[in-house]
Amino acid sequence: MTRTASLRRAAWWRAARTYANLVPFVFFALFPFYFMFVTSFKRNAELYNLKAVPFWIQTGAITDHYAFLFQKTEFLTWIKNSLTISVIAMTVSLAIAILAGYSLARLRYRGVGSFGTAVFITYLVPPTLLFLPLSQVINWLGLSDSIWALVVTYPTFLVPFSTWLLMGYFRTVPREVEECALVDGASRMQTLTRIVLPMAVPGVVCAALFGFTLCWNEYIYALTFVSQSANKTAVVGVTADLIRGDIYYWGSLMAGAVIASVPIVVIYVWFLDYYVSGLTAGAVKG
Amino acid sequence: MFGYGLILPALVLLTCLVAYPFGMAIYFSLSDYWVGSPGPFVGLTNFREILGNDVFRQTVQNSFLFTGVALTLKTALGVWLAVLLARDVRFKRVLRGAVLLPWVIPTALSTLGWWWMFDSLYSVVNWTAIHLGLMSAPGPNWLGQSNYAMAAVIVVNTWRGLPFFAITVLAGLMSIPREFYEAAEVDGATSRQRFWHVTLPLLKPVLAVVILFSTIFTFSDFNIVQVLTRGGPVNTTHLFATLAYQIGLQGGNLGQGAAISLFLFPMLALVVFLQLRYIRKE
Repeated sequence: MTRTASLRRAAWWRAARTYANLVPFVFFALFPFYFMFVTSFKRNAELYNLKAVPFWIQTGAITDHYAFLFQKTEFLTWIKNSLTISVIAMTVSLAIAILAGYSLARLRYRGVGSFGTAVFITYLVPPTLLFLPLSQVINWLGLSDSIWALVVTYPTFLVPFSTWLLMGYFRTVPREVEECALVDGASRMQTLTRIVLPMAVPGVVCAALFGFTLCWNEYIYALTFVSQSANKTAVVGVTADLIRGDIYYWGSLMAGAVIASVPIVVIYVWFLDYYVSGLTAGAVKG
Repeated sequence: MFGYGLILPALVLLTCLVAYPFGMAIYFSLSDYWVGSPGPFVGLTNFREILGNDVFRQTVQNSFLFTGVALTLKTALGVWLAVLLARDVRFKRVLRGAVLLPWVIPTALSTLGWWWMFDSLYSVVNWTAIHLGLMSAPGPNWLGQSNYAMAAVIVVNTWRGLPFFAITVLAGLMSIPREFYEAAEVDGATSRQRFWHVTLPLLKPVLAVVILFSTIFTFSDFNIVQVLTRGGPVNTTHLFATLAYQIGLQGGNLGQGAAISLFLFPMLALVVFLQLRYIRKE
């Protein structure tokens, strides 16, 4: 009796220690978001009052900063641009990556190994290494200062990533299933679309989610290739156009950051498990 | 033939928009190329000028300091967090979701939040520290003093990168068979000994891949520094990418800008080499 009691107490202590250790991590991860959220609803008088407690709203929540965003800036256009760019770039990249991934994972031909290596290397090339020459390529293509500059360049990081991710999923489809279909007279393309792709749906969903997120969050290309306010993405619009000279509109800046993150948060909460599996597959299975 | 056909679109895209621009970066770096006016071939002049430039030397130093400290923090805290998350806790899914959030939200936007938290006058960090008696008013001007600014960008980078480490290491932890721990327990190993002699050695492959990945992406970081400090104060937080942006785009000197961003290449080559060697070994 006393033995079980002491064991139970030991287990309780262990759990308490684990939670006590986790609390600082969760606080560190979430506090900036909480603080941005709270700031976006504060009155300016409270925001710039050094005596006020910054952690919560004392003088009543207001939505003025949000109203400013929608009425005085091109915020809605930025959101629309981000959506258009992300959806198109993600869809096109996914199509290219499904074909390439299947080819690299399943077909045998000369050079398949080195193509795989090449895709992997481009996966590691950081966009910051290429943004200067790419800005010139965009110029020559006549796409500078339009959302198409981003639609064209985002696949450069989406395709390597998605191909790499999908290769892993395609390899898990048993070869026998495919061979059966081939024996029954299906073409290679039919086995891909009818057999392999349906079995790799989680991988495709995962690649689509990551693709959308990476496009929506992208910063350096969107900052470099587009300068006209009406063509900006949400991320660049908020970080660049809401700051004028030395006057920071902290309230509306935080409001913009909050709303521009909402689409990502919604998708994220809905598909959390896909994010986790994609994250580990993309990095570790490689 | 079919195999070539399927991979062709990807190859065309990557040749035109990755390989070709890379070649152009090299060409730019070797010529006196300005925005709107392609200039003559000048050999290694750009590189010579950069290497003689104090701002560039400062940038090299910043980059290694930034990458080294941020990577160490992310690795140590990431392993610790993964070990905690691997334990039998309630709300496992919610906890993972919360911890992963900084990695998913657009970095440029969350960095705006940090910017406000590090504000010279209204910093919530300073407010809290002062009211807890840890700091005397008014506290440091985080983004205006060089050492503090470097600390600030490192903190934000760690904050953003930690989830990636924690979640991938957690996946690595889950793949360690329980028998190893049971065997260690039978041998009378303490939990600390189990961590150092069972967990860590078995995590090595996962850790190696995660660290290599993070090395290249931390070293080439742009978003955090650009939003938080723009390389300031007095260039003490400039990284290669932000300096290349300032000189190549804002200054219009594409030749020198390209030369600066090419300094990311040796690190990239090293990481690719190690990754490929590692994958081959597997």
